[in-house]
Amino acid sequence: MFVYADNAATTQVSKTALDAMLPYLTEIYGNPSSLYSFAQKATEALQEARETVAACLNADPREIYFTSGGSEADNQAIVSAARLGARKGKKHLISTKFEHHAVLHTLARLEKEGFEVTLLDVHEDGVVRLEDLEAAIREDTALVTIMFANNEIGTVQPIAEIGALCRARKIPFHTDAVQAAGHMAIDVKAMNIDMLSISGHKFHAPKGVGALYARKGMVLTNIIEGGAQERGKRAGTENVAGIVAMAAALKESCVHMEENTAKIIPMRDKLFAELSKIPHSKINGSLEHHVPGTVNMCFEGIEGESLLLMLDDAGICASSGSACTSGSLDPSHVLLAIGLPHEVAHGSLRLSIGEYNTMDQIDHIIATVPGIVQYLRNMSPVWDELQKGERPHLI
Amino acid sequence: MALYSEKVMDHFRNPRNVGKIDDADGVGEVGNAKCGDIMRMYIKVDDNGVITDCKFNTFGCGSAIATSSMATEMIIGKTVEEALDLSNKAVVEALDGLPVHKLHCSVLAEQAVRAAVKDYYDRRGISYDPELFKDMDEEELHHHVGLD
Repeated sequence: MFVYADNAATTQVSKTALDAMLPYLTEIYGNPSSLYSFAQKATEALQEARETVAACLNADPREIYFTSGGSEADNQAIVSAARLGARKGKKHLISTKFEHHAVLHTLARLEKEGFEVTLLDVHEDGVVRLEDLEAAIREDTALVTIMFANNEIGTVQPIAEIGALCRARKIPFHTDAVQAAGHMAIDVKAMNIDMLSISGHKFHAPKGVGALYARKGMVLTNIIEGGAQERGKRAGTENVAGIVAMAAALKESCVHMEENTAKIIPMRDKLFAELSKIPHSKINGSLEHHVPGTVNMCFEGIEGESLLLMLDDAGICASSGSACTSGSLDPSHVLLAIGLPHEVAHGSLRLSIGEYNTMDQIDHIIATVPGIVQYLRNMSPVWDELQKGERPHLI
Repeated sequence: MALYSEKVMDHFRNPRNVGKIDDADGVGEVGNAKCGDIMRMYIKVDDNGVITDCKFNTFGCGSAIATSSMATEMIIGKTVEEALDLSNKAVVEALDGLPVHKLHCSVLAEQAVRAAVKDYYDRRGISYDPELFKDMDEEELHHHVGLD
């Protein structure tokens, strides 16, 4: 049985998105910037897509800027707020320890340019505390950027409360909503969000397309210079087919959000319930504040990459925050941020499911994982020491 | 999976000589759980100094398990002195290569063998040139090789 359980990494393109985009590759291929009526059809499609995306977020279409994906949107939002702040002498940026690298690396670059960055603790449950944010805010804070939902452990942040606090303090608030868009209700007005990033391929659109929402009045800095596309804020001929697909996929996801969630949650909860029966396992992140589809667990005494390779042999696609899968010696910064010891973080498994998964597939995962964990533990000297009491159990 | 050669995947899927030797003549353990891999190697040595059996336990990624498995195969039937000559390069070649960021696993396998032989020498009271193992006691060994 083949089970794709890595939907937080990317998703299958939906039939709706594919059907929507195909005509813009083969028939309506004109450049939206061209004057003739043939190309104007592409311009109209862009406008319609902008209206659709805006409606899904409760934004104005003029507040939507199409990008190449979530990373570009994150980069542009953060750099824009930093440049704007610097002009007013504000050079302090607030974020969290477990953001996506598109955020963390952009902040690190700004830090080198002389900005000060405060990264908030996310505590053991993977949720930011409002009082921590309040305490971190300064007179010269130029931006608060806090992700909507974490990509590895799936914890959801108190976005509306953060938004209200930032609005009251007149500080721009950006959220990386890449893992939330299409899976959770987003209302940029009600949540007082000033900027928000989304990525199409996380909700069944193709890779290579995303959007930045920037509230009217936010001054954007260009990341890509060139033509006057996207009201002069993002140069480059628009990825019309991708944008049309993203709009169609987002609309579909938002229309079916309730039924998708109702389908996904029982599958996720079964995974949590059954895999938790493995001794010395741990669920990572608060279950109370959680996206529907993400399951992140650690199994003591084993290493994540071996687990993934064996799951692959069993037809199961998953991911891990172990060092060996991150390409460095350190395990995932997210797992370290929620306080896991290195040796436990190495044995992590992320299963991220979506509405295309079935309960049969969940049962296959449940039937497969415990045996692999036991097999790897049997050959692990760490497990041997844990069993003999020569090493204390950490979970 | 394209990350690893067929040989690596074979040794990962069907690791040779997994287990422990209760009456081992030498046991070596290298690596550290914080860094994500530990190898423990057991050797049985006859009166002629020939390694007659070797088993391993490994906590680590696919290449850590595969290099451990390959190393055990390469030293069984060899004398302990020959085992000391086993290089990480030879292990990598026998596995038809490893990705660059996984080369430290092969160094760990070489070190595990050397640690087991050192333990055998110590237990038997066989004298040796300490220079032979001077790189063994460094806590940070794993980090250094990882960064190469």
